[in-house]
Amino acid sequence: MAISRRKFLGCLTAALGTTTGVGALAHAASNKDFKGYPDSFGVLHDSTKCIGCRKCEEACNTVNELGKPEKPFDDLTVLDERRRTDEAEYTVVNKFNGVFAKTQCNHCQEPACASACFVKAFKKDKTGAVIYDESLCVGCRYCMVACPFNVPAYTYNDPLTPKVTKCTLCHPRIIEGKLPGCVEICPKEALIFGKRSDLVKLAWTRITEKSDRYIQHVYGEHEMGGTSWLYIAGVPFDQIGMREDLGTTSAPELTSGALASVPIVVGLWPVLLTGVYAIAKRKDKIAKEEQETAVQDAIDTATEEMNKQLAQLKDKMTKEQQTAVANEVKKALEEAAKKAEEEAKASEEGDADPADAASGEEEDK
Amino acid sequence: MENNSNQPYNWFTPFNILTAVVLGVGLVLTIARFGWGIGAVTNLDNNNPWGLWIGFDLLCGVALAAGGFTTSAACYIFGLKRFHSAVRPAILTAFLGYALVVFALHYDVGRPWKLPYPIFVSQGTSSLLFEVGLCVFLYLTVLFIEWTPAAFEWLGFKNLRRIVVKLTLLLTIFGVILSTLHQSSLGALFMIAPSKLHPLWYSGYLHVYFFISAIFAGLSMVVFEGSLAHKWLHHKMDDTHLSEADGVVLGFGKAASFIMMGYLGIKVIGLAVDNNWHYLGTGWGAWYLVEIIGFVLLPAILYSVGAREKKLKLIRIAAAWTVLGIVLNRFNISMIAFNYHLPAADRYFPSIPEIGVTIFIVFVGITVYRFITAKMPILYEHPEYKEEH
Amino acid sequence: MEFFTLHDFMTYSKGITYLVMGAILVFMPVYWLYLTDRDD
Repeated sequence: MAISRRKFLGCLTAALGTTTGVGALAHAASNKDFKGYPDSFGVLHDSTKCIGCRKCEEACNTVNELGKPEKPFDDLTVLDERRRTDEAEYTVVNKFNGVFAKTQCNHCQEPACASACFVKAFKKDKTGAVIYDESLCVGCRYCMVACPFNVPAYTYNDPLTPKVTKCTLCHPRIIEGKLPGCVEICPKEALIFGKRSDLVKLAWTRITEKSDRYIQHVYGEHEMGGTSWLYIAGVPFDQIGMREDLGTTSAPELTSGALASVPIVVGLWPVLLTGVYAIAKRKDKIAKEEQETAVQDAIDTATEEMNKQLAQLKDKMTKEQQTAVANEVKKALEEAAKKAEEEAKASEEGDADPADAASGEEEDK
Repeated sequence: MENNSNQPYNWFTPFNILTAVVLGVGLVLTIARFGWGIGAVTNLDNNNPWGLWIGFDLLCGVALAAGGFTTSAACYIFGLKRFHSAVRPAILTAFLGYALVVFALHYDVGRPWKLPYPIFVSQGTSSLLFEVGLCVFLYLTVLFIEWTPAAFEWLGFKNLRRIVVKLTLLLTIFGVILSTLHQSSLGALFMIAPSKLHPLWYSGYLHVYFFISAIFAGLSMVVFEGSLAHKWLHHKMDDTHLSEADGVVLGFGKAASFIMMGYLGIKVIGLAVDNNWHYLGTGWGAWYLVEIIGFVLLPAILYSVGAREKKLKLIRIAAAWTVLGIVLNRFNISMIAFNYHLPAADRYFPSIPEIGVTIFIVFVGITVYRFITAKMPILYEHPEYKEEH
Repeated sequence: MEFFTLHDFMTYSKGITYLVMGAILVFMPVYWLYLTDRDD
């Protein structure tokens, strides 16, 4: 099902047509299940057909104008090294015990890089390509942390315009109706471009028809929510440098729980915290009131006690007056009067020492 | 006094000389970083895009600056007025901490002049880093406003000061909300990469772990920083600060100990939920146990002994220990247990210039802290505003 | 609005959610003042 250019152009028109059409609307009504852009493109890599000629690397270099490589593309000794994608190579081929694996951006259905990007510099396009906008990029490199395939690279040695680099699925060429550079040049048809949905079917057809030749697994069909690049191989994928423990949960799903707790905190924390504050304030107020009441009570009790004592004293004095002998009555009266006078003086002067009070009086005079 | 009137200030103390050297080297490294790019000074590569500048300057910086929101919440929201004298130093440390985090980010990101982009130009709302960026931006603003009364008292702007003081409660609540969000989101950043972070550290509760550990990190940092300040800036403290300080140490130690036990509990829950017990028998498991027993359980117990026996010295040691534990945890998640599956040759270790820039940033913080505490009413109350609370 | 990827959907819905959050943060303190301004 390798498609010719004309056929491909037909697909393209169809894809661009339906995305703006009505067909997609019904799908969008469900907000729980997203199937990706219908009729988006992808590439199937049949590892059993790959001969490790590095032609795809060369084409990629030409298309993306990546400059002269360190070692020429006809030098096949580099295949034995463990290479990854970087700013100079958007795709690399590695050899594992005679089996070749090609690495480039897999163009996830739910891209981790796009989910991670805090300036929307990555976008899943309707063609299937995950495209990067350098003009927005701050250079935080969270996309590189997020990418499960370790694909994006950074131009660390550029002081002024550093950027993230990765395969574009030759998005500009697709728009022009051309095939991606690597697909176009592949001499063995190990790379097949087409609609992703068709490629999944093709992959399973090959696996089913030659079940002794292939592992029963289409890599990329479900990995991390599915990718636009799909792989079939004759050996387990973890033996050719592809991780099989990535799971099928897409990146936005992995973070949706934590993201969902954010608005709930904003919604409930003001209520909770203001409530705690109000309770603490009320407790303070009650404590203050209780303290004030206690102080007032103490004052009241003291005053009452004093009044009582005064009354008793008065009583006693009256009694004494009544029972006193005439002489003593006079004496006592004089003494009482004198005492009262002194007391009055003392209370006028407050707590002051009587001696001081007297001297003060003298000075006043 | 630093500026004793009858004695000229001695600039040539060993610490000042060290500061000058560090700042000088930092300046050179700064020129190298911005003149020749990130690659010229760091060991970062395409497999290890985040290194020491994120692992320490961002993650530890933010966690250790959590003392600002915990202390002000304790005092103004929970009504624990006896911690009042601890609020200002904590707010100042938090403000400086966050300012330094943003300063350090200018070194780490590729095009720092675009740092306002996520907020003002193109909002990537699906990203947890957007959440972190927005909250850090807002919280830095809140901390700045919370700190201004000290500056206004120093400058004598009474009216401005009165307006800001009236907003205290609102700012405190805002601060707690924003801190809850970005402290937790910093942990949640790593939830997008389950295939890269070792299962013992990866968890669906990562955001909760980061938030709870930030609380006791903040409390410990207040105690730790307080003990440093008592040693070097004792003369700047007034009687209220000195008399309340022991209560702050005891209270915070007790609180930190209890929260750390709660944290241990939810860490074990995480192990159980993901059924990760079998990893404990591996080398990574041993390292994990070093972290949660050696740097959470043990300091929590030391805190408890200090609090029960009223031994402030033990609490201070526990505080420093806990701070180290937080650094270890953040290092584990961002560097040590991150990319654990890569072959040794592809693993990351910071370069000397990278470490140099981090030390430089810490010293910028210490220098600004010393300047502000020397000039402004942070460790003492301004005599004109003493009776207000 | 139509969405083909969860990511696009989340970018949109979280954008609205952030605006709601901002509104809540402004509204709640004002409402608290309204609720309590007759307290002694």
